[in-house]
Amino acid sequence: MLTSARDITASVNPPRAVFLDYPLGHTAGRVGEPELDRSIVAAAIDALHHAEPGRIVDLPHRWAETDDWKDDVMRVDIGPDGEMTTVDDRVARLPTPQYQSPADADTAERVHAGLGCEICPGVDY
Amino acid sequence: MGPIDDEARQPPVRYIDRTRAQYEALGYGVYSWASNPDPPPVTPLAKPLAEARVGMIATGGVYAVGQTAFNYKDDLSYRAIPSDVEVTDLRATHFAYDLSDARRDINVVFPIDALRSMVADGEIGELAPWLFTCMGGIYSQRRVREQLAPELAERCRDDGIDAVLLVPV
Repeated sequence: MLTSARDITASVNPPRAVFLDYPLGHTAGRVGEPELDRSIVAAAIDALHHAEPGRIVDLPHRWAETDDWKDDVMRVDIGPDGEMTTVDDRVARLPTPQYQSPADADTAERVHAGLGCEICPGVDY
Repeated sequence: MGPIDDEARQPPVRYIDRTRAQYEALGYGVYSWASNPDPPPVTPLAKPLAEARVGMIATGGVYAVGQTAFNYKDDLSYRAIPSDVEVTDLRATHFAYDLSDARRDINVVFPIDALRSMVADGEIGELAPWLFTCMGGIYSQRRVREQLAPELAERCRDDGIDAVLLVPV
């Protein structure tokens, strides 16, 4: 597997893992860099044969010149009176389908037309 | 990126510690992470990669146009995406990561072009007929372990997949 969260993957302890030290949301590379993406995926595929089971392979790639991006990940600040503040940038956990665009919702509705679907298993219609 | 100044390097983000701290700051209860201290089971690849059928399971909330999008509330469903899909028909939806780059180039969370390139060059035999996607951030690891993961494993076995690339977000 590929992972950008080394500690979580170490806890899960899969048989083969390749760690890419990028921000979450870029597990397999960067926008518009297909050669880079391919080298990352190739490393993960190569691990099928060559990784020592249970050991995480660390890729050398860096996201930026510095690792300052890590400072703000899930950051908690503690004020002078001990009060903790944090910015929760996750979206509300809405129980309905969350389409990238309204057009996608229209297309999905037209495709399904009240029928079950073999490519969306587990969805209740 | 090329080599950078060692002094600018930080160790990997400790997401478990930061999640614990953030949950405390938000007044949430403590989350119990999956922990498997015993050595993992290993199944050796039964054939050369150049002859192997390779699949993919990605958790970044990827769907194809025409499919129902994932919801953000412990969605345990999955999508079967045909491996000959047009990349421009792929979409991403998720509550817990910044989607902007995935929506510019789905390959950052669903590296289908990289896999196709490796097939074209003969480095892997072929892609599985279906690639599978689901959500991450499902709160119940028990329901993932007992329901979603076995369903995905069964689909992969049904399709005769020799190896599967997992791409969590």
